[in-house]
Amino acid sequence: MAGESLKLRGRVRAVLGANIDTDIIYPGRYLNITDREKTAEHLFELSYPDVRAAIQAGEFIVAGANFGCGSSREQAAAALKFAGIGAVVAASFARIFFRNAINLGLPAVVAPDMAANCAAGDELEIDLVAGAIRNLTTGITVQAAPLDPRAAELLAAGGLIPYLKHKYLQEANATCPSTV
Amino acid sequence: MGMTLAEKILARASGRERVSPDQIVIARVDLAMSHENADLVRKSFLEIGVERVWDPSKIVIIFDHRVPAESEKTATTHRAVREFVAAQGIPHFYDVGRGGVCHQVLPEEGHVRPGMVLVGTDSHTTTHGAFGAFATGIGATEMAGVWTEGTLWFKVPSSLRIEVEGEFPPWISAKDLILHIIGKLGAAGADYRAVEFNGPAIRWMSVASRMVLTNLAMEMGAKVAFTPVDEVLLSFLRPRVQGELEVIAPDPDAVYERTIGIDAGADLKEPCIACPHAVDNVKPLSAVGEVPIHQAVIGSCTNGRIEDLEVAARVVAGRRVHPRTRLIVSPASQRVYREALQLGYLETLVAAGAMVNPPGCGPCVGVHQGILAAGENCVSSTNRNFIGRMGSKDSFVYLASPAVVAASAIAGRLAHPEAVVKEGRVWQAKA
Ligand code: SF4
Repeated sequence: MAGESLKLRGRVRAVLGANIDTDIIYPGRYLNITDREKTAEHLFELSYPDVRAAIQAGEFIVAGANFGCGSSREQAAAALKFAGIGAVVAASFARIFFRNAINLGLPAVVAPDMAANCAAGDELEIDLVAGAIRNLTTGITVQAAPLDPRAAELLAAGGLIPYLKHKYLQEANATCPSTV
Repeated sequence: MGMTLAEKILARASGRERVSPDQIVIARVDLAMSHENADLVRKSFLEIGVERVWDPSKIVIIFDHRVPAESEKTATTHRAVREFVAAQGIPHFYDVGRGGVCHQVLPEEGHVRPGMVLVGTDSHTTTHGAFGAFATGIGATEMAGVWTEGTLWFKVPSSLRIEVEGEFPPWISAKDLILHIIGKLGAAGADYRAVEFNGPAIRWMSVASRMVLTNLAMEMGAKVAFTPVDEVLLSFLRPRVQGELEVIAPDPDAVYERTIGIDAGADLKEPCIACPHAVDNVKPLSAVGEVPIHQAVIGSCTNGRIEDLEVAARVVAGRRVHPRTRLIVSPASQRVYREALQLGYLETLVAAGAMVNPPGCGPCVGVHQGILAAGENCVSSTNRNFIGRMGSKDSFVYLASPAVVAASAIAGRLAHPEAVVKEGRVWQAKA
């Protein structure tokens, strides 16, 4: 099951540049929205509103280096996820964004050569565990950093909340003899 | 082979003899800080379904981003957090009027000590490396995990060392130094790395100035940043922190990915300005050109402390803020506010035409207390100038030292403090 869910296929919605900061992804003025689903309405609001409007479920965002730099706001990762983005592929990620994405179950894939080798509309197949991305439109395959085991485990669980829920439910069950 | 500060602290927190870069460890967390986004953490925590937080005494919650509540929505968030704090028996909670900007309050109130692992749901948590803590920002859901387990996984970072020597020219401050470094290394120049600032020029610096370095190290991607645990720091900590203080230092044979040397006298001839819309878009003041200023902001976790208000007061004393400019001052905390009142700095600033905000993040976060309109230019002592950070996406934020901000408020355009102070009353507005 885990192996299957860690392979993704979808189209590229947009190819963005380097240093896409969290204010671009999710403006600070909406930080008091704490319903994760609602954050999607403000994705890219200041800089790329047309990208948000066009997103189809499962599409990818491809970007240059240092994607998600800036604030620790988890809403940036949540807005991408709940707008329907299936994965973000970037040359590199700012560390807090990377962790937020994985914790929310949004694959964040490090692939330095992807932006130069795809265009909006291309279809990609991403193998998260092997660390390979095939551009089915052009036939080019680029290298990606394979997910580290801890991140793979969290993604397979659907994020940190379901992961911990499961863990603590199991522990609770283990200490209760009647359920063993 | 010796260990860097980051390696030493992570080794101990993960119960190991030693660790090395890229190793993944699970470390115990000594302190978990949140501001209003404690509400997001609370929601994720409730979803996990565990009843009690791991250790209420290790959680600190400080309201600062929207204080006092600027909308009913925020008021509701604040209320939810207050109720959670009461229900969980979290003893360290700083409500409106009791604290200030989280990164100022945490050390001021004695919560931070050398050698600890500190996580905060705020990216500028790196600030606390000025107190010898391995301190870094995490997201809200991750914090819910910390509230549940009291531990967190870390990839051990490799370390950069920045050695600063030489004497700072007049009007040049820690802010200019760190902007200079960010301009050199770039916004991702220290990504995932630990940064150790050291050298004679750092050891001379006040604790407040060291905090400027560790605070802004985040803007080059640093995971954690440190300044030395020395006598300057210990004398700040002793009256605030109970118990023994650990003097922690990197081993002399610790391994650094890179060492960068800076001579403050030779490399920092002029104030540094981070121009729109990136913190690494740094230029010397004279290369920026003529920029009319509509709003000037002094405050934030970067530069809202006593020494910042002091230099600002010195620059504006006896002068008036330029008619086209609004000068907004937000003391970083209640304590800073009181001290600045007692020392007369606020009197001087207000007399010059400044508006003083309550202690908190103020306009830095772009939601209240000084939003920019389209086409406006702002010079700010804060730490981010991204598009739309302080208001309209068509506004422009220049980051600078408090001295430059104060001078620019008087001049009505980006200005060198020396020029303003020298030319005296030239820019004095008519009453
Ligand atoms: S002052 Fe600004 S940078 Fe500092 S914590 Fe507040 S919003 Fe963040």
